[in-house]
Amino acid sequence: MAQIVKSRSESSAPLSIADAPRRAEVRNLNFFYGDAQALKSVNFPVIDRKVTALIGPSGCGKSTLLRCFNRMHDLYPGNRYEGEIRLYPEDLNIVSRDVDPMYVRLRIGMVFQKPNPFPKSIYENVAAGLWVRGVRKKALVDERVEFALQRAALWNEVKDRLRESAYGLSGGQQQRLCIARALAPDPEIILLDEPTSALDPIATSKIEELLTNIGDQVTVIIVTHNMQQAARVSHFTAFMHLGNMVEYDVTEKIFTNPAEKRTLDYITGRFG
Amino acid sequence: MATANIQPVTPLREHIDEGALVRKANRSDSRFEIIGLGVLIVTMLVLLSLIMDFMVDGLGRIDGAFFINYPSRRPEQAGILSAWVGTLMIMTTTALLAVPLGVAAGVYLEEYAPKNFITNVIEINVTNLAGVPSIIYGLLALGLFVQTFKMGQTVLVAGMTLSLLILPIIIVATREALRSIPLETREAAFGLGADKWQTIRMYLLPAAQPGILTGAIVGMSRAIGETAPLITIGALTFIAFLPPSPIQPEFPFLSLEWIVSPFTAMPIQMFNWISRPQAGFHINAAATGLILLAMTLLMNGAAIWFRYRIRSRR
Repeated sequence: MAQIVKSRSESSAPLSIADAPRRAEVRNLNFFYGDAQALKSVNFPVIDRKVTALIGPSGCGKSTLLRCFNRMHDLYPGNRYEGEIRLYPEDLNIVSRDVDPMYVRLRIGMVFQKPNPFPKSIYENVAAGLWVRGVRKKALVDERVEFALQRAALWNEVKDRLRESAYGLSGGQQQRLCIARALAPDPEIILLDEPTSALDPIATSKIEELLTNIGDQVTVIIVTHNMQQAARVSHFTAFMHLGNMVEYDVTEKIFTNPAEKRTLDYITGRFG
Repeated sequence: MATANIQPVTPLREHIDEGALVRKANRSDSRFEIIGLGVLIVTMLVLLSLIMDFMVDGLGRIDGAFFINYPSRRPEQAGILSAWVGTLMIMTTTALLAVPLGVAAGVYLEEYAPKNFITNVIEINVTNLAGVPSIIYGLLALGLFVQTFKMGQTVLVAGMTLSLLILPIIIVATREALRSIPLETREAAFGLGADKWQTIRMYLLPAAQPGILTGAIVGMSRAIGETAPLITIGALTFIAFLPPSPIQPEFPFLSLEWIVSPFTAMPIQMFNWISRPQAGFHINAAATGLILLAMTLLMNGAAIWFRYRIRSRR
């Protein structure tokens, strides 16, 4: 356990935010549910091919922020974005009204809190994102499905039952299937909204392990309630409170020597 | 860890043109929107022209006297008093019979019935009954209620016949409404130690209420316009009197005699007038049709309002 708990950043060369390549950058982002402001001028960078964790107490806006990244809020009326999320390399503001939400979602994948596989076979679930993108060539789809399932550390468990219903899988397997489904089309960023909150510790550790493994190949943003989880899987951590981004830094720094008192209070369990 | 030996894979990102996919989606979306809107407009136009036709013919005929006159040999003196009172009484009887029976049957089938072969047969039959032509119910009622049980051609028999007709609709609606309640609600109630009936009465039926109400209204809307089964059981087409009033001046002030009196109803009156050769009666028929439409609309409107009330109270 002790070796898992140690933070990601200790295991490799020291990370620095300033010269790390950025995949996206949030600038002065405000978000409103109707009249209620859920995000207040949020700023932080998303470092390329690293895991960024969003932590904070319930209702702090971390899920709201995550869902801005693939415009999930556009599904419901009365929601409004102000400010920017710049997506690199082309420096496109993906919360702009001129950008089609579907375009954003084709480039940025999402995994939800509760496993939500389609009522179809395991294979069809993983292939779904490819079919949506018009990728129909059987050999290519097969290859991507296997690749995604391996990345999601599920291949060995399901390779002999790809044609069986995804509903036959356990909760933890279903969530890894959803991660595979999001990974299969090769997204630029993958968003995870408390992906382990409905899972037991064993299933959780499997997902954390797979995040550790894909973390150097895919850009990941993960929302979590579990601070140990943030410490274990992320390179960078952002602490949010009441719609504000209180502190953003290298994970190790946040958990050992935070600059803000509120961050210290939260990570030491004094509130939240 | 399996990740170590993942083979290199064809990069996919470069082969996907997100912009083109979005443009294609937008094109097919707008194509579908146009088709959908077109279909909607055509359907509404057909319906609207039907109503307009009724209005042109009948609207001028509707006045106070039309509601309080009995049918007559002279079209300009004829009215629909006995018809709308008959329809009101039949619908009341139908609602009082069909809704409790249908809800009870639906609750039993969904919550109590053991899942076995016989239940399956009953379920399939109930679903199929919803599609049986109404005249079959009329023939059944004629043979059973009128001839075998000698119940006469009364409001009660009419109500029973129409109840038979709409029972399957209410049963199916009740079951669907119960089935759509999240499992968590059920588990929460049972988890508290509630018994089956408490769970149903306190949590499931209230949650299913809007769905059941919709089913009941859909059924009643179907019943209000039915002509065939009423003619089959022998509804009179010319009635120049009203059934006895349910409220009486003498003790015990309430009377159920109206239930066993002969009747006519709006669709029958309409059918009767349409089959007359004189043009004046055709105008009467159009006016009656318009009022029948208004009654159905009113009923559906009331249902929507009730449903809104129930939902907003949560």
